[in-house]
Amino acid sequence: MTSSLSKEKLADLLKKANQLRVFVIEMLSEARSGHTAGSLGMADIFTAFYFHILKHDPKNPTFEDRDRLVLSNGHICPVQYAAMALSGYFPVDELKTLRKIGSRLQGHPHRTSPPGIETTSGPLGEGLSQAIGMALAKKLDSKDFHIYCLTSDGEHDEGNHWEAVMFAGKNKLSSITQVVDRNNIQICGKTEDVMPLEPLSEKYKAFNWAVFEIDGNNIKEFIEAVGKAREILEKPVVIIAKTIPGKGVSFMENDYLWHGKAPTKEEAERALKELNSYMAE
Amino acid sequence: MLNSDLKLNENLFSANVEQKATREGFGEGLSELGERNQNVVVLSADLSESTKAEDFAKKYPNRYFECGVAEQNMVAIAAGLGVSGKIPFVCSYSVFSPGKAWETVRTTIIYNNSNVKIAGHHAGIMTGPDGATHQATEDIASVRAWPGIQIFSPCDAIEAKKATLKSAEIVGPVYLRLSREKIPTITTDQTPFEDIQLFWISKQPKTVIFATGHVLYQALLAARELEEEGINVLVANVAVIKPLNEQKIVEFAKQAGKVVTVEDHQIKGGMGSAIAEVLAKEYPTKMEFVGLKDTFAESGKWPELMLKYGLDSKTIKQAVKKLV
Repeated sequence: MTSSLSKEKLADLLKKANQLRVFVIEMLSEARSGHTAGSLGMADIFTAFYFHILKHDPKNPTFEDRDRLVLSNGHICPVQYAAMALSGYFPVDELKTLRKIGSRLQGHPHRTSPPGIETTSGPLGEGLSQAIGMALAKKLDSKDFHIYCLTSDGEHDEGNHWEAVMFAGKNKLSSITQVVDRNNIQICGKTEDVMPLEPLSEKYKAFNWAVFEIDGNNIKEFIEAVGKAREILEKPVVIIAKTIPGKGVSFMENDYLWHGKAPTKEEAERALKELNSYMAE
Repeated sequence: MLNSDLKLNENLFSANVEQKATREGFGEGLSELGERNQNVVVLSADLSESTKAEDFAKKYPNRYFECGVAEQNMVAIAAGLGVSGKIPFVCSYSVFSPGKAWETVRTTIIYNNSNVKIAGHHAGIMTGPDGATHQATEDIASVRAWPGIQIFSPCDAIEAKKATLKSAEIVGPVYLRLSREKIPTITTDQTPFEDIQLFWISKQPKTVIFATGHVLYQALLAARELEEEGINVLVANVAVIKPLNEQKIVEFAKQAGKVVTVEDHQIKGGMGSAIAEVLAKEYPTKMEFVGLKDTFAESGKWPELMLKYGLDSKTIKQAVKKLV
């Protein structure tokens, strides 16, 4: 990847991020269940990954030296499916099959379904460990790729995640960059009410990780942070990306009740109207 | 009499029979695999000595990963290695791995179809003085419900080594059930490694005893004594619990008529249940189940526990007599 970004490219990425949000609303409304807030909140980061950062090939999704994108908080998979469809892994039409019988687009993602999904996830706290396994294999085979692991703030409640944080710190696994979706909500409320995580940054530092804190809805800032993260070779890096859950749809933003539910037809229409107005701008 | 076709240990019933634990055979298998296959890697959760992963760790330090006392992390790291071309063996006590990490194994290894081998040590009440916390007696039940996993349950150290080598040839998850204490070596290097084989044969048998793991020895002792009393039986060693060779189960049940199952595990959901599932469909017949009767055991020397909880040769004989 390159951290340099032309004005035109950035404008294109912003457009694509909005398109992903449109797809997310359409998919979830059609599926009638699923997780809306996190999917919308992470649209900018997924856009940055699939259209700028990742070394990947939608037509040859399992080539050996591809970067690995391990989605640990599998419940936001609609935005990953949307990014994959838009970048050509599979037809955009297939997005409508989300959560339906016979579909490759499972409610929580399943490895290789479709090819390009690196791990099965949904049960939380397990992604970073699997990313570590990939990093160890990469080291043994002297391969040249990078592993990005996406986690949620809520899943930091899981002990398994901190086991992995310890292991990566001990083994100085700089081939892993973790991105935490710090949107401050989880199913039953605000993270700081359900189970306080702060001071999160200091916790990571204490576990021998390098830490960046950025605005996760600012594509440029995120891409620059990844560029800096890749230059750190002596420890794993975590980018704590502060995002707005429900970003782009004003009546969903920052409301934890949208964590685990899908919009009704009427709500979807309102949401799409708003998103389409940004498209026109 | 012992099935001479299988080249079993002729010295089996003598006082000076060689004794070795299945976990030792596992350790030898691991080291041999390390030499043979660069893709074999080993992970342990602070139990490399008692799981016999130590020799591998010393010989191939760059392919050995110490995970600390963190079984969930260990199995999920293995899952990541297993989808990246490696053949990881995870080593801990069965109550912790897969036990403590059950859902993590289910999601990241089984559903992911990652090429991981789970070595579940200290299975059964044979674990002894450590007490019920460390005696895995529900592992077969909780593992065999997972779609696609294979379960190997070797009867002695030599078979454990063969099972370990074999597991690395299989692409996909395998569970190796291993136990702690030294037991008489029943097989020899020449004995074939098969899923189910008749280790004890006799003319006009009245019952077939299906046994798995270290209690196979108890079943053989029982068969020998029963023969002296004029009751002929067959004893089958079930080395592979899943996939279960249904054809052989039915064949041996038909030959003998009645069936006894023996395992160092809860009766509910174990190997006996798996066999009953087959026979209920293909050849319904009377069965007796020797295993733990819906109870935890306790601390004690393992031979004492075997007597108290009814896993010894005497209990097996009683089960046979109840049927014939």
